[in-house]
Parts: sequence; structure tokens; C-alpha cells
Amino acid sequence: MGAMQILFLLAAAAVLGAAILVVTSRNLVHAALWLIVALFGVAVVYVLLNAGFFAIVQVVIYIGAIAILFIFAVMLTRQIGGKDGGSQNHSTWWVAALLSLLLMVGIVWILSTWQGFATELPALANEKELISELGKSLVSTYLLPFELASVLLVAALIGAIYVSWEKSR
Amino acid sequence: MQTDWLYIGLFLVVAVIFAGAPLIIAGLLSPRKPNPIKSSTYECGIETVGETWVQFKAQYYIFALTFLIFDVEIVFLFPWAVAFDQLTLFGVLSGVLFVFILFAELLAAWRKGVLEWV
Amino acid sequence: MSFLNDPIGIIGNWLTNLMTGWGLAPGFAQVITMTIGAFVLAMSGLMLVVFTIVMERKLYGRIQDRFGPNRIGPWGLLQTIPDMIKIFTKEYITPAGADKVPYNLAPILSVGGALMVWAVLPFASNIFGTDINVGVLYIVAVGAIGALGIILAGWASNNKYALVGAIRAVSQVVSFEVPMVLALLVPVILARAMGVNSIVDAQSESVWYFLLSPVAALIFFISSQAEVGRAPFDLLEAESEIVSGFQVEYSGLKFGWFFVGEFLHAFTISALMATLFFGGWSGPWVKAFPLLGVFYLLIKSFAVYLIVILMRIALPRLRIDQMLNFNWKFLVPLGLVTVMMTAVIEKAMPLLNVSDTWAPFLRVGAHLLVNLIIIWVVAVILRKTFARREPPVVGQPRPVAVPPPAPAPVESPAAEMP
Repeated sequence: MGAMQILFLLAAAAVLGAAILVVTSRNLVHAALWLIVALFGVAVVYVLLNAGFFAIVQVVIYIGAIAILFIFAVMLTRQIGGKDGGSQNHSTWWVAALLSLLLMVGIVWILSTWQGFATELPALANEKELISELGKSLVSTYLLPFELASVLLVAALIGAIYVSWEKSR
Repeated sequence: MQTDWLYIGLFLVVAVIFAGAPLIIAGLLSPRKPNPIKSSTYECGIETVGETWVQFKAQYYIFALTFLIFDVEIVFLFPWAVAFDQLTLFGVLSGVLFVFILFAELLAAWRKGVLEWV
Repeated sequence: MSFLNDPIGIIGNWLTNLMTGWGLAPGFAQVITMTIGAFVLAMSGLMLVVFTIVMERKLYGRIQDRFGPNRIGPWGLLQTIPDMIKIFTKEYITPAGADKVPYNLAPILSVGGALMVWAVLPFASNIFGTDINVGVLYIVAVGAIGALGIILAGWASNNKYALVGAIRAVSQVVSFEVPMVLALLVPVILARAMGVNSIVDAQSESVWYFLLSPVAALIFFISSQAEVGRAPFDLLEAESEIVSGFQVEYSGLKFGWFFVGEFLHAFTISALMATLFFGGWSGPWVKAFPLLGVFYLLIKSFAVYLIVILMRIALPRLRIDQMLNFNWKFLVPLGLVTVMMTAVIEKAMPLLNVSDTWAPFLRVGAHLLVNLIIIWVVAVILRKTFARREPPVVGQPRPVAVPPPAPAPVESPAAEMP
């Protein structure tokens, strides 16, 4: 077991532990903080996969924007401190557990029959070329999705404006 | 390469040590005599009223949401900028179109009055 | 001679060889060498703050017609050291009802976030922490972590003023990140690389990017000021409105740490400005003596930092609506236009088929011209929008009291006397 495996296991354990704490902590801001830890762990996994650009985008977008948005949203709500002492489980939690177990079995089954794990990937150029390859394919092969993403985000913005702005006027 | 990222990781640890260790040392050096009055909330000498975590208006959230959408879109442009020399003129112009859609989006939000602070 | 050319590389090699000589695995020895390098870099960053604090206080004093610190050390240069000793021995007062973990985490994030930028800052062509190929985005990411510290501080303090400060901080930092990222895109387009050292390399071969895109440089300068939260953008800690905002409940070194974080961040963005737009370590004779680069970088950074300080002293604080309007209705559209123009010109240049000797001049000229046109158009629009109108004339000023007519001259007694 090399240093890479150890680092990967540590990062994966951190992601899992933090994710469990996200859903179990009663204080909403603490949940958001644990979410940041989980997202950071995912960034570390990206680095270990030699995908530095995605790691940094993970930090910029997910931690720098989305997590801050979450904290903001939490600040705008009442009942942050988790004053409710009741159970956090719904009475029919076992149905959800069963469904997610089924889903996991399905995913594992599909992935185990997938050939992609066994096939050898083509050798990668050096890192710098990797980013420019990405940029090139964004405006050639994936041109339509690239421009559509922009339009989609416009739609998202307009939707957000409609939902939260018009009514408050 | 990954040695570079190893350095970043080590620097992260070092930065946390540099930022955290003096706080602990100062905690050991400094006196510690808390009392209820001293550790009460300081709001200019007036007793604090009600709960601290009050609600804020939703407008702050709209700004944060606009930021998120812009941020996501601009990050797409960085690989495009790095590959600039290898792009065709068409490729560059489609990137410019992307920025232009962003610009139109900003104008739409402006027109809708989202950017007005009330 | 060779030692002077590449001191860091030689020391690093020597240390690694020494440790492998002791029987350590080569990879492990390299990790230890890297850690030592990181320690030295972080240490020098914090040491520099000691002097930037004195510099700022001196200037503040001079401009406000005071002496500033002048007792300890020559010209008061060592004033920060007793201040440090004092703040180290002050009591931590944790407010009742504070959320302990985020409360204590916040100062660490504030300083650590500013310090992390130093990992990619090139001081000379061969003296830098590392040159990751996404350096520019890394700077943005690390800035977001510093902002997180401020938000946590405000939220965890259990204080309404602190919470208002935190909310203001989020909306400000988050808003100004958009023009900052846009402005950072311009050097990336010009250099075709995201690594910070690669951008400096590209500048040392052509010209400073300040000449190619003064608009982007200005946008970056202003928005990074707002990201640090210094005057005129200090409404997250406005003393006169919300009693220092997010840091109101902090005391002792925890308070001092926010102070250090702000100064370190301010100097760091000056260094970044010098690196990305003013050529970083590049300068005359730097090819023969790379060590000169450190000197050039420090000179440039301190020149930018001087402007940062003068701005802080001279400008009054903005209101929140002014701040947001300025960002979303001025800087963001300006940044978008600049990026579009830069990209179009940069691609159109090679199509013109100019000979190699004139191509660089044409490039600089075209970029500069377009930037000047942008500035001119913006100036015209601003003039139209914010032209200072004369106040409406309601009536002519009318004196309330009319001075009495001057008394008739008294004849001299000499004339009355016969």
C-alpha cells in the first residue's frame, strides 16, 4: 500500500464521516460546515486522480460559492440552533433504508458489469496540455452543450428571480 | 504535477500550524478569569434583546445567487483562455458569444430590478 | 557564483542529499525538504507583516499630522514587537452562547487563507513555492476560504452587530469575486497559461500586462481591495455603525489574528497585483542574476501597497447600496466588455500578417487603444449619468436685515469752534 492509497483512504473516510455528520447534526450551520469538509475531501480525491483543474474548481464553486450560499440561506431561516428536541427519524425510515439498499445493489450490479474499469485508458499528455485540451474540446466537440450551459444558467437566474423576487415586491 | 499538489497540501498543514499554534501559546500565556458580566454579549453597553440570529431580508440571497451563476460560468472560460493559441477563430468567437450571453443575462437582471438595493 | 544564481535549489538539494545520507528514503527526504521550505515561506510572510504594520501606522500618522510610532527602535520600526508581546498576554474573553468550534476556527481560517496564497507567489524565476498549472484559480479559491473565516466569526459570536457584519461581508466578498475572476481571466488570455510563474515568464518576454490591459488591472485592484475588506470597502467592520462588525466579540490574540490576517492579505494582493500586472520578478539583468527578482518584486509590491494604504487613509466608507451598485452595474459589465475585447484583439492580431519585428508593437498598441476607448466610453456614460446638476434657482438671495445708512460725517470740532 503506497502513500497514494493511504491518502485516498484518509480522504474517502473524511468524506464519508463528514457526510454522515451533515445529515445527523441538529445545528444547520454545523451541517453546512461539515458539508464543506466533505466537499474538500472530494477535492483531495480529484488531486489524487491527477485532475488538478477539477480539484480547484471544486473548491472555487462548491466551497467558495455553493457552501457560502448554503450558510447564507441558513442565516435567512429561523430555528438555526436546533431547538427542537424531537427525533430526527421519520416513522417510516425503514422504507427509505430498503429503497436506498436496493438502489445501491442496483448500482453495484450495473457497475460490476461495466467494461470501463477493465479497459486501459490512453496515455495522458502532461498536465498543462490537459487543460488546453479541455478548453479546445469545449469550443469544438462540446460547443453546443457549452453554449447551452450558458443559456441554462440564464434560465436558472430568471427562475430564481421569479420565485423569490416578484412576490416580495 | 502531483508533487506540486503535495507541496500545496504540505503548505496547507504548515499554514494551519502557523495560524493555530500562536493562538494556543497565547492561550497558555494569558490569564483566564471569566465572569458572567465579562462574557456577556457586548452591544454597546445595552442589554441584548431577543435572540441573536434574527432573520434578514431575502435580497442578500438574490445577490449571492447571481454571484453563483456568474462564478460557474466564468470558470468555464479558464480552459478556453489557456487553449487560446490552439483555437480556431470560430472557437474564440464562440467563447466571446458565451461571455456575451453572460452580459445579456446581467442586463436582464438589471432590467428586472434585481440589482436595485431597496 | 552558481550559489547566487539558484540558492533555493542548491540548499534543497543539499538538504535532501544530507537526509538520504542518514538513511531516509529519497521520497520521504523530499517531503521533509518541502515542509522546511513551506515553513520558511510562511515565516517570511508573517515577518513581513510586522513591517507593513509599522509602515501603515507611520503613514497614517504623518497624513493625520501626528508622528506615528517613534519610540521603540530606530524611527519606531520595532513598535510591533511590544505590541505583539502585549497582545499575547491578553485574556481571551469567549462570549456566553458563542458557538465554540466555529468561533475558534475563524481566526485560523482568516490568517491561513491569506498565507496560502504565498505557496504560488513567485519571488524570482527560481524562488517560489510551487507553480501549479491552475495557479490563478487557486488564488481565487484561497480567497474564498478567507471569506469563510469572516462569515464564521460573525455567525459564531452570538452578537447582533457581528451577525450584521457577517451578512455584509458575505454580500460584499461574494459580489466582488465576480469582477475579480473576470479581471484575472485577462492575464490568462494574454499569457495562455494559468500558472502564476508562467504568467510572469510571459510578461518578461513581452511587456507588463498593465500596459496591455490597464482596465483589467484597475478592476483587479479595486475588487481585491473589496475582497480584503479594507477602507473604502470596510463596511463589514464599520466601527462607527456596527462597532467593528464581525470581530466585536474577539479579544486577545484572536482579535489580533484578524488584524494580522487583514494586513497580510492586503500585502498579498499588492504582491499579486505586482506579479500579474507589473511583471513580478522581471526587470533588467534578471536573467543573469535571478536573485535580483526578489528585490524587483518587493519594490513593485511595496509601491502598490503604498497606494493601498493611501486609499485606506483618504477615502470615506461606502454605503452598502453604493457598494453593490458599483460592483454589479459598473465593474461587472466593464469586466465582461474587457474580456470580450481582449479575446477578439488577441485572436485578430496574427491574422493581420505583420512582420515579426512590428507584431509586438502592434499588439501593445491595439490593446492599449481599445482600453483607452473603453475608458473614454465609460467616462462619457458616467458623465451623462452622474453629471452634477446645478441646484434649481428658487429666487434671488434677499438680505434679511438692511444695514442702516451710513451716518453723516461729523464735522470736525475744530470747525465749530470759533
